[in-house]
Amino acid sequence: MKFGVVVFPGSNCDYDCYYVLSQVLKAETVFIWHEDRSLKDCDCIVLPGGSSYSDYLRAGALARFSPVMEAVQEFAESGGLVIGICNGFQILTEAGILPGAFLPNRGGRFICCPVYLRVENNQTPFTLLFAPGEVIKVPIAHRQGNFFIDSLHQEEVKKRIVFRYCGPQGEIDSCYNPNGSWENVAGIVSGQGNILGLMPHPERAAEKILGSEDGRRVFLSVIKWWEEKKWK
Amino acid sequence: MKYRGKVVITLKPGVFDPQGATICNALHALSYREVEEVKTGKYLEIILESENCSQAEKRIQEMCDRLLCNSVIESYSYQVEEVKS
Repeated sequence: MKFGVVVFPGSNCDYDCYYVLSQVLKAETVFIWHEDRSLKDCDCIVLPGGSSYSDYLRAGALARFSPVMEAVQEFAESGGLVIGICNGFQILTEAGILPGAFLPNRGGRFICCPVYLRVENNQTPFTLLFAPGEVIKVPIAHRQGNFFIDSLHQEEVKKRIVFRYCGPQGEIDSCYNPNGSWENVAGIVSGQGNILGLMPHPERAAEKILGSEDGRRVFLSVIKWWEEKKWK
Repeated sequence: MKYRGKVVITLKPGVFDPQGATICNALHALSYREVEEVKTGKYLEIILESENCSQAEKRIQEMCDRLLCNSVIESYSYQVEEVKS
C-alpha cells in the first residue's frame, strides 16, 4: 500500500510522518504538494501537523482551499483512508470533512508534552492493533486543540470518539484534559470510519528512543487493515 | 464603484474565549471593577469593486460564509460603505 503525505506551506511534521512511514515502517510513501490535484494513487492520505498558512484567520481555514483538498475531499467521500494529525485535524474540520471546530487551549498557551490517551474504539482501520480501553502515551503540540462541538451534534460525535485524554490508569477526568476539549476528545473518526482526526502526534511516538512507540501502531493498523481489507 | 466592507467576527455565546477572560482579569487588576465580561473578536476591512452597494453586500456575505467566519463557533456582522476617492 502507498501513503501520501500532503505538504502545505507551513506544514512542519511532514518529514516526521514521511520518515516514520518510509524509514521506520518501510512503507511506500510519497509527498503530495498542496497545489497538486492528484493524489498519486495513494491508498492513505496523511495531512500532517504544523501551521499551514501560519494559522492565519483560523488554524486550517486557508489550507482547506488548497487545490489538493478537492481531491482529498473526493477521496474521503469515496471511502479512502485519511489521517489528519494536529493541524491536519484542524484542516479536516474547517473543510467540513470531520465535524466540530477548534478553540484556543483552555490555558491560553501552546502546550507541547506527552499525554496519556485512552483508546475508545479499536474497530477502526487506525486502531485495530490496540486493545479496547488501552492507555497509550503520545505527545501533543498545539495552541488550538480545544475541540468544540455544538450541542446539536454532540450525541452523534460521541459515538465517533476514538481517543480521549486520560490519566495514567485511563481515568477520564477534566484534570487530565490538557486543552479543555469537549469530553476530553483527542481524536474522532468520520461516520463511515475511514477518516481519522487526532490532535496528538503518533509520528512523534514511533520509536523507543523518542520515549514511546505507541503512535507507530496507528500507522501499523492502517497497513494491517489494508492488507486484510477487513473494513467495509 | 469602490466599497469598503467592515466585517466583525465574534465568538458565539457560550464559546470559550480565553483572551477575553484574561483581558477581563487584567482590567479588574487595573481596578475597573465594573467590568463584567470581555469578548474578543476579529475586525476585517475589505475594499472591493462592485456595481452597487447591495451587490457589494452580497459578495461580503458570501465571503463571510465561505471563509472569513466558521459558523460552528463564530458569527459575523458587516457594514458596507462607499469609498469616495
